[in-house]
Amino acid sequence: MNYLLDAIAWINDPTHWPGANGIGVRLGEHLAYSVLGVLVACVIAIPAGWWVGHTGRLRGLAVGISGGARALPTLGLVTLLGILFGIGLVGPMVAFIVLALPSVLAGAYSGVESADKQAVDGARASGMTEMQVLLRVEVPLGLPLLIGGIRSAFLQVIATATLAAYVGAGGLGRFLFLGLKTQDYAQMLAASLLVVALALVCDIAFATAQRLASPTRFR
Amino acid sequence: MTWLLENLGAVAGYLASHLTLALPPIALSFLLAVPLGWLANRFRWLRTPLLTGAGLTYAIPSLPLFIVLPIIIGTQTRDPANIIVALTIYGLALMLPLTADGLRQVNPLALDAAKAMGYPPLRRFLTVELPLAGPTLLAGVRVVAVSTVSLVTVGAVLGIPSLGSLFTDGFQRGILAEIVTGIILTVVLALLLDGLLVLLGRVLMPWTRKRPVRTQAQDAVAEVAA
Repeated sequence: MNYLLDAIAWINDPTHWPGANGIGVRLGEHLAYSVLGVLVACVIAIPAGWWVGHTGRLRGLAVGISGGARALPTLGLVTLLGILFGIGLVGPMVAFIVLALPSVLAGAYSGVESADKQAVDGARASGMTEMQVLLRVEVPLGLPLLIGGIRSAFLQVIATATLAAYVGAGGLGRFLFLGLKTQDYAQMLAASLLVVALALVCDIAFATAQRLASPTRFR
Repeated sequence: MTWLLENLGAVAGYLASHLTLALPPIALSFLLAVPLGWLANRFRWLRTPLLTGAGLTYAIPSLPLFIVLPIIIGTQTRDPANIIVALTIYGLALMLPLTADGLRQVNPLALDAAKAMGYPPLRRFLTVELPLAGPTLLAGVRVVAVSTVSLVTVGAVLGIPSLGSLFTDGFQRGILAEIVTGIILTVVLALLLDGLLVLLGRVLMPWTRKRPVRTQAQDAVAEVAA
């Protein structure tokens, strides 16, 4: 319990917040890396997922990718890319994108697939083009599932961003690995608590967004 | 490949400790999810806190949890028990919502029939409700098994040996082959366990094999006929 109090005291210490190595900058880095990684993954995976969901083509491949990705060990990917790209941000960033892709892809195609078939047929019968059917009917109806996919991708990347410090990038993991090296348990625990808090806050924000995106009858 | 052949002994050791760390959480999360899932359905007021709680715990990143947990359960940082408890929590977080869903979707008529035949509650649960929810439970255990095998590797950062040690060691010494070996073995182990679970499911639930698989075309025909 004393460790916990020490950790909270470490977080509350005003000298630990400002500066290039302060909590403020590391927190910002952690969040910025995560947002950037997920954004790039979205740019690649959302159009691909919509296409798979709408046409039903390559569905088996998409299911396989999004299911099999769970088996891929994050730490292995981070260290592998760390060696390939050297110390810095490129390796971890590629790892974030690779890890975020399957969840976003799954959210995009399952969202489009979940659209009520009668609504889709109705839209087609009323003369909508395929593009209109996709963008005006299937995508809005599948939005909660898509946001759900982005949510799990984002959480996975926040978790992985902690490991990014292992290969020399910044983020809150920096404090964690510094504490691990110097046996500074308070610092290590403080960094852990900060990452957990950040993950929970982001998860709750996404849960709210997901609820707001549902059609009214599901709320 | 040459790296693996030259270090076969060490790799086998890591593989063994990896399994020792991964198997208990998979079994424990299943054994805990069944009664908790039953409670979530039986008492409506328990449902929301249990399922929301499960969702939130899954949001906690693994490495921080491995570090925070010793404080809560009073173990040493490098104690393998931390990994087992943490991964059981994650497994439960994945398994509980699925278990509650699977149990809830059992046809109530089947349960009424069992009741009418004089099955007492526990027997009804174990011999009717649980087997009928079986396929959903199996799907859950498969997800838990694969993600647990993958998450065990993170413990290597704290010095708890597993296939993840191939990542930390390979990174420190700059041996690419060692990291690649670790990734491949972890994925293969996860898929192997997944395959075993599928087989186990077929043995324990022979009726799932006999269910006729209807294609989309057959569904369409049935719909038109109706």
